Amino acid sequence: MGLFVNITLDGIANGMIFAALALALVLIFRATRIVNFAQGALGMMTTFIASSLLDRGVGYWWAFLAVLAVGFVMGAMVERLLIRPLQGKSELNPVIVTIGLLVVLEGLAGTIYGNSSRGFPAAYSQSGLTVGHTKIAFSHFDVFILVSVLVLMTATLVLFRATSLGLRMRASAFAGEISRLLGVRVGLLLTLGWALAGVAGSLAGLLVAPTSSFGPYYMDLVLVYAFTAAVIGGLESPVGALIGGLITGLSISYVGGYLGSGLQPLGALVLLMVALMARPEGIFARPPARRV
Amino acid sequence: MSYGAIDALRSVTLTARPGAITAILGANGAGKTTLLRTISGLVKPRAGSIRFSGEELLGRAVEDIARHGVAHVPEGRGVIAELTVEENLRLATLWCMGHRERQGAIEATFELFPRLSRFRRRHASTLSGGERQMLVIGRALISRPKLLLLDEPSLGLAPLVTAQLMALLRDHTQGTDMTVVLVEQNARSALSVSQRAVVLNLGEVVVSDEAATIAADSGLRHHYLGF
Repeated sequence: MGLFVNITLDGIANGMIFAALALALVLIFRATRIVNFAQGALGMMTTFIASSLLDRGVGYWWAFLAVLAVGFVMGAMVERLLIRPLQGKSELNPVIVTIGLLVVLEGLAGTIYGNSSRGFPAAYSQSGLTVGHTKIAFSHFDVFILVSVLVLMTATLVLFRATSLGLRMRASAFAGEISRLLGVRVGLLLTLGWALAGVAGSLAGLLVAPTSSFGPYYMDLVLVYAFTAAVIGGLESPVGALIGGLITGLSISYVGGYLGSGLQPLGALVLLMVALMARPEGIFARPPARRV
Repeated sequence: MSYGAIDALRSVTLTARPGAITAILGANGAGKTTLLRTISGLVKPRAGSIRFSGEELLGRAVEDIARHGVAHVPEGRGVIAELTVEENLRLATLWCMGHRERQGAIEATFELFPRLSRFRRRHASTLSGGERQMLVIGRALISRPKLLLLDEPSLGLAPLVTAQLMALLRDHTQGTDMTVVLVEQNARSALSVSQRAVVLNLGEVVVSDEAATIAADSGLRHHYLGF
């Protein structure tokens, strides 16, 4: 029983991180139909920047905020410099560019920071909390993961559901041409979507780094899990990203806990296959719109 | 104006009057839709000029033209199906109104189309064809445009619904400074509400005159308008 509880708690913490990166993928996909394969690598890059700032004696929280801002700018720059010029042609072209960007960023990080993995500090203690007299596999840092991703998710939902900016963003994503005819600056809002995805990706990078072997490739597997999460959630809905993240996190945690951690990527693949066969459109996909 | 290898429109010159409806008529492929899409900036011609209230529109971004007071209702009822009815309306007010004025304008639109107010929180995807047409026309009017471009509003609608919409449009235009350009396949119904009409054929203007004069010219009607 104790093992099951601990594996579940571990799955929830990991699932929240996958949800953050899945949200980044969703923000971009729903607006541009592009899967950004460089999303994890962008988070890796910003986390290296955080690492450099910490090495120079910058306080953790300042580095944390600075890096979210850097993620925002980098997301916007990728859209403006790499994706926008390819607009209007095959949707596959920008996807391939994001794969190219992934390779370039990982190479760049390896050149600048070295390919060996290094440590990255956590915001809070990583030793398990004590409930009653038992120590559980859920630390202060896990609580921080839970809270920060929930804050991110809530902020995203409030932005989309309750603000004029969010209404413009949704309209641009769903119907670009009509939105432009209504005076909406669609181009600017698409850039903003990539920028917000950059923030979510940076957060995921910062949250993964302390519990993994932080190096140029540490986000690769996380991206695979986040992609699984996003697909389960329907690739279009922030809530779907959260639920998909939790399902993925729990599933691979159970696979790792009961069958061995080497099988986790395989577990994610099986999960993805099952999800796609059972509900190809995802759990939270919006109903197919009736176009007349 | 010319596009690509084939000229969809050639030296089309037309003038539309404020406070009146100008119908653009002609068969399929006459260039009617292209003309509207050129005015609103959705297609870029190789050459030409579009002047509106003394300003050149050609070469401007679509959203800037919209912010100049040009409302284009494209063919096929451009509701945003994923947004609610009210969100569709609100979206059109964001660039031109403050918060307080916005709510009043939305309520005024629901008074104009009482049928829509029952569905205000429903997704636009649940609306019928006629309701969608009411929504897009209401959405175009809500920003109080100086130029309203309507592309085939009667397409797929029951004749009674079309007649009601046309009457509403006429009442809403008279005595204002709004210029309405109405593209219609259904020439008979378009001529009945318009003051002026332009007949296009293969990208060129055949005739431009008072609607009543064109409606009375049986030769012209037979040859170009099919009734």
